[in-house]
Amino acid sequence: MPSPTTAPSTVSPASHPSGDKRFKRLDVTMKRLQYKADSLIEVLHAAQEAFGFLELDVLQYVARGLQLPLSRVYGVATFYHLFSLKPQGEHTCVVCLGTACYVKGAGKIVEDLENELHVKLGETTEDGKISLMSARCIGACGIAPAIVFDGDVAGKQDPQSALDHLKAW
Amino acid sequence: MDLQTLQHIAQTERESHKPVRIRCCTAAGCASSGAEAVKKELDQAVANGHSDRVEVCSVGCMRFCGRGPLVSVDQAEGSTLYEQVTPDTAGTIVSALEGGPVTAPLGDWNHPFFAYQRPIVLENSGNINPERIEEYIAVGGYEQLYHCLMERTPEEVVSEVTRSGLRGRGGGGYPTGLKWATVAKMPGDQKYIVCNADEGDPGAFMDRSVLESDPHRVLEGMAIAAYAVGASHGYIYIRAEYPLAIAHLQKAIQQAKRLELMGSQIFGANFDFKVDIRVGAGAFVCGEETALIASVEGKRGNPRPRPPYPAQAGVWGCPTLINNVETYANIPAILREGGDWYASIGTENSKGTKVFALTGQVENAGLIEVPMGTTVRQIVEVMGGGVPKGGKVKAVQTGGPSGGCIPEHLLDTPVDYDSLRTLGTMMGSGGMIVMDTTTSMVEISRFYMDFCREESCGKCIPCRAGTVQMYALLGKILDRQATVADLEKLEFLANVVKDTSLCGLGMSAPNPILSTLRYFRPEYESLLREPAYLEVNGKH
Repeated sequence: MPSPTTAPSTVSPASHPSGDKRFKRLDVTMKRLQYKADSLIEVLHAAQEAFGFLELDVLQYVARGLQLPLSRVYGVATFYHLFSLKPQGEHTCVVCLGTACYVKGAGKIVEDLENELHVKLGETTEDGKISLMSARCIGACGIAPAIVFDGDVAGKQDPQSALDHLKAW
Repeated sequence: MDLQTLQHIAQTERESHKPVRIRCCTAAGCASSGAEAVKKELDQAVANGHSDRVEVCSVGCMRFCGRGPLVSVDQAEGSTLYEQVTPDTAGTIVSALEGGPVTAPLGDWNHPFFAYQRPIVLENSGNINPERIEEYIAVGGYEQLYHCLMERTPEEVVSEVTRSGLRGRGGGGYPTGLKWATVAKMPGDQKYIVCNADEGDPGAFMDRSVLESDPHRVLEGMAIAAYAVGASHGYIYIRAEYPLAIAHLQKAIQQAKRLELMGSQIFGANFDFKVDIRVGAGAFVCGEETALIASVEGKRGNPRPRPPYPAQAGVWGCPTLINNVETYANIPAILREGGDWYASIGTENSKGTKVFALTGQVENAGLIEVPMGTTVRQIVEVMGGGVPKGGKVKAVQTGGPSGGCIPEHLLDTPVDYDSLRTLGTMMGSGGMIVMDTTTSMVEISRFYMDFCREESCGKCIPCRAGTVQMYALLGKILDRQATVADLEKLEFLANVVKDTSLCGLGMSAPNPILSTLRYFRPEYESLLREPAYLEVNGKH
């Protein structure tokens, strides 16, 4: 029966040649989680938070730290929607497309925002300022339609209020 | 920690309460509407000469989310509810205590939205501060865990839960007592308890509210379950989209450990229990139990065939009990009042209460906990106030992307597992979305199919290819390019995907289509174009 694997305690990942402090932070996380293979998702969360997105370098570093094949790490990173392998914009605007928000007009909000920013959902504006994304329900259905501006949830939105918010950035 | 200390903490907490208690909801919905600023204003107003008689506390969800931020003032004479409170009007709530004018809109605790509710799962939500374990203890928290460990055998706990008739609240409706008994019987030293907090159904936020507002309740429920089945390690798998719930859970676990209500030899009994939180990463399929287990193990969330069921071989191949947040949240009350009490509420085959998230085109949006057997009409029209601005209900969707719709003429159906299944929908986790006459049911079907198509893990062909093809067919219908043959193909394909998919996601993805075809077929047909041979000179 498979059991949780523990890396032998003598192995620790060498620090990254770039000297980038974020890799050290990643080391701390992996050590706290005892370099266990099953902590991969936790580690990727920490990596995404530290670096903003998961570039190949980071994935390789995690693979080495957890003693996993890169293909495995890549497979997990690409499976889950929250992990991004591309850089995000300076600001993120996440429109909730849950059913309650959809029924209350989130579709129109997305359409208007796409037209205003000249991007499609999931893309970042050319100047790298704003990423327009969607979420499949953030649980704020009581205040639908909801939009998350840089991590802050705003409720009862309409195309105008969303555009106003973006203009403020 | 022993019973005496526990009761002492409870008493000290109760005695520390001041005569006037102002509760301010700071759960995610109200927080996003500015509740933190409201609380700050309340704190300041009270500090200005009222702090000997009045206290302000942050509480969890007060359920009427559509009217938030919500504030309640509790005094000996009764409770006064204020709704849509802003930082400007918050101060007047405090001055009203001395007869001053109040500008915050008055709510009504006797409003039908509240009056017909029967809080069991939500009995503490909105009443206690979720970030203080002392407040949970003051309302009897962890006493049931004590009684189970000290006075009952694991078998007795299982039989009490079986007697209650509780069925899985995640949507499956599997008898909880039976599941516990199955895991308990499994041989092996290492067993796991998993709490499925991956509430992925769009439109559902019951579990989020319970975890934000009463996290200790879930922890106590899990501990009791662990004792009953012989497990010592629990995981709470929670979606990353719920940061406040995660924070409250982490704090609750720390506090429980500090008071030795979690860890080794709890209450001095031969029982160890610890809980780890596992955060999801945005995959709806990870709400399916085998995919969830894969994710806990750090892998891609691909489901696997069952048997073996998790009860036999789950996390790391060990016997695992997986239950939904709401299921665990019922446990302390069931042990406190007795299984027979719980079984006296609800219907013949669906006992107890259910929490619903009532949203969409409805006047009163929020959380509703009602006894099973309450009719959908009662919930949507009496408690929910119907469609705003005099509109009419067209359909009520339950069960999220795995469910179906209930058309207006069938709203008198009582809410229970079996009657909803007969209608072609399901109870699901509790999302209840009201749609008015401006909604296109075909578009709703496509919306749900888009969701399933994106969330499909890709492992099995029926779901991987089937959702893509069904989505394309629905698009063709909406573009008025489809013929009768396409509609027949859609229906046929829906049934194939339903019967042959590997897991629940694929098996239930066609449900919205099949359900809307059953009740709204004319809507589909009206979008069809005539076959080409009929179009020659408009003649046949």
